[in-house]
Amino acid sequence: MTAFILRRLALLIPTLAGISVVVFLMIYLVPGDPAQVMLGERANAETLAALRQELGLDQPFHIQLGHFIGDLLTGNLGRSFRTHEKITVEIFQRFPATVELTMAAMLFAIVGGLSLGMVSAVRRGGMVDYLSMTVATAGISMPVFWLALILILLFAVEIPLLPISGRMSASIYLEAHTGLYVVDAILAADLVALGDVLRHLALPAITLGTIPLAVIARMTRSSLLEILGEDYIRTARAKGLSPLIVLLRHAVRNAFIPTLTVIALEFGYLLGGAIITETIYAWPGIGRWLFLAVLARDFRAVQGGVLLIATLFILVNLVADVLYAWLDPRIRYS
Amino acid sequence: MGCLRRIMAAALLALGLLACGGGTNSGAGPKDTVLVFARGSDSVGLDPALETDGESMKVCDNLYENLVTYAAGTTEVIPQLARSWDVGQDGRHWTFHLRTDVTFHDGTPFDAEAVLFSLGRQFFPDHPFHKPAAGTYSYWKDMGMDAVVADMSAVDDSTFVIELAEANAPFLSNLGMNFCAILSPTAVRRHGADYFKNPVGTGPFRFVEWRKDERIVLARNEQYWDRPADLDRLIFKYVQDPSVRYLELRSGAVHGMDNLSPEFIDAIRQDADLKLQTQPGMNVGYLAMNMERPPYDDVRVRRAVNHAVNKRSLVDNFYAGLAVPAINPIPPMMWSYHDGISGYEHDPRRARELLAEADLADGFDTELWVMTAPRPYMPQPGKIAQAIQADLAQVGIRARIVTLDWATYLDKVFDGQHGMCVLGWTGDNGDPDNFLYVLLDKTAAVKPAQNVAFYKSDVFHDLLVAARRSTDVAQRTRLYRRAQEIVHADAPWVPLVHATQTAAFRGDVKGFELHPTGSKWFRSVAFGP
Repeated sequence: MTAFILRRLALLIPTLAGISVVVFLMIYLVPGDPAQVMLGERANAETLAALRQELGLDQPFHIQLGHFIGDLLTGNLGRSFRTHEKITVEIFQRFPATVELTMAAMLFAIVGGLSLGMVSAVRRGGMVDYLSMTVATAGISMPVFWLALILILLFAVEIPLLPISGRMSASIYLEAHTGLYVVDAILAADLVALGDVLRHLALPAITLGTIPLAVIARMTRSSLLEILGEDYIRTARAKGLSPLIVLLRHAVRNAFIPTLTVIALEFGYLLGGAIITETIYAWPGIGRWLFLAVLARDFRAVQGGVLLIATLFILVNLVADVLYAWLDPRIRYS
Repeated sequence: MGCLRRIMAAALLALGLLACGGGTNSGAGPKDTVLVFARGSDSVGLDPALETDGESMKVCDNLYENLVTYAAGTTEVIPQLARSWDVGQDGRHWTFHLRTDVTFHDGTPFDAEAVLFSLGRQFFPDHPFHKPAAGTYSYWKDMGMDAVVADMSAVDDSTFVIELAEANAPFLSNLGMNFCAILSPTAVRRHGADYFKNPVGTGPFRFVEWRKDERIVLARNEQYWDRPADLDRLIFKYVQDPSVRYLELRSGAVHGMDNLSPEFIDAIRQDADLKLQTQPGMNVGYLAMNMERPPYDDVRVRRAVNHAVNKRSLVDNFYAGLAVPAINPIPPMMWSYHDGISGYEHDPRRARELLAEADLADGFDTELWVMTAPRPYMPQPGKIAQAIQADLAQVGIRARIVTLDWATYLDKVFDGQHGMCVLGWTGDNGDPDNFLYVLLDKTAAVKPAQNVAFYKSDVFHDLLVAARRSTDVAQRTRLYRRAQEIVHADAPWVPLVHATQTAAFRGDVKGFELHPTGSKWFRSVAFGP
């Protein structure tokens, strides 16, 4: 197992190197240069030349690529063209917001999706099954921006239970230790802040978690139905085990593997940021930052962001692979 | 079942936490004198000499001050950190007499050395801070200050002298712009490349906190040399989506916002809890015809296009009435605006006649270029282009719309690859030179060109140069009026609209005034009936 993990981690290096070069090439070949975007209507020959020189854009391609790879090897992602800030700082300022939102959304999706899926499978063909699968189908096909606005109108405007946008109220001041506001509020032992932060987290998490919830529910239902028809389930029942024990200990654990794959994939996607959800809820995550960086041809920032997301995606999937083996001892990696 | 009970308990605890924040939805109430202002983008940086975006300026407006500033509601230049100034006979030597009762937010005294540092770092190539670690002094270059200024020096603590290469009238207005703000030399030296997120000025508010893409918090400067601000705290909150911004304002969670979407204007007008503010904007949106490409080298064709476009319908349909149809390149609120020019009437028949005179009775095929990004002077560029396309079709001009993203668009348009293109401009310092010279002078038609009509008129150029050299406003007015007549006759553009600036506030916010330059000053803002 250790050898497997180490080998997978080693594979990370060539994968990331490949991704870096491809991203660099893509950005380099796309028309429109960063200096132009930054100066907008105000660009004239002199300011453009000065800014291009400042950004190193006047250098030949191979020199730029060389600088880039050299910097990367020393762990230096450079400064953003758009914001003058170090890319590492930019990422560390925004990534906690994305992590917090992803965690909350996935918690909602996993708890909700597993419950719906299990209930539907057990009560197959019943009222509950139809109802929850209708909800799941609606969840998958719902446009995110629409869901977000409906939730805001319902729970923040018509019934003003929750705040409309942002991560915390203007009246709250929290020392930023981790950038995860829930954790920061707990560290500060500030219950008012914690309540405020959780209330801000609720709607974005539901919005972002709805599609994964629906996917997880459907996947759980279908794989559980398959397992429930197996001989060993009948044997377990015949032994006189209670239906709940049969379901939880024998069926769900085995039915969980395909669901786990889905969860890992969704988790990976969400960690890459969610542009629409972040935009509507004014959530300062990595998705919008990366989107703006692409528009601005801020290629150092794009580079850094893509590398981060690729790394996370690979790591999340690695964790999922390891979990497979733990869940089902028949799976072994050699 | 113990497990179930534990889950229930956790759920109840979570609900309790959610509920305990209930009722504080608005976060900051009037009693705390915290004002939250929502805007559509975060600032890029808070070093005013490095930035070019309006959202950075909005915050800098409240942190920094300049030698001179603009009077409320106009672009008239008035003293700020300079008590007064003298100009030598030749119009080249400017002596500024500085205030002696001002300190920066970090305690550094304000004096002529600080002025020399703030302006000198942009001007002197051998200044230790001439090359910023990131970014460049774009505005200094863009406003041509390297050519305008010959030297500068601190004579004593309270006297600062700038020597110009030749007399230049718009120069004084430039000193009021954000890039000429005076900053604490101590802070710049201490923070170096990270100064942009540790700003220190002399303004009525000092910097407290910046959570990227979330909020910037300022607090009242208690040591302010003039009457201090009323607000304890001023928060700029980033809410990108315009409908969410509006809902936040309606709910009272934020107290003010700008850049309103046209669809909310009526709702805000009718809401007794909100107030709408408007101000004729110092901007222009225009349709430029590339005179380097036929048939736009023929003035009859350019006039025909002018007659074909229905500007009134653009204003009514895409600006919710919050714009005025443009006649001249400069907006009507600017001094020297020529109100004797009546503009080209919307007259498709006259347009057809002019085309026939130019041997184009059957019309012609052309490209109409448009950007995807909404701009202050053009909130819905795509739809506006379609409306213009339909107007042109009425007179037989078959325009194919070419849509490009902002980056590529500017790149290609400045390179003259278009037939017709829409673009615009927001003025910086209230001087007509800042519109006419930048956008239409022949020297601006060198690629990458800001003069995207590639209009090259020697007569026009001579008038603008003469107006730059004169400091006599009456004489400058005459010259600029003449220049507007020439542009009108040559018709390199279809001037489309001047968009109105908008902002909305809660009913209990008083003292805010929109300024023609787009500056957002909060010193006099307070809560009250």
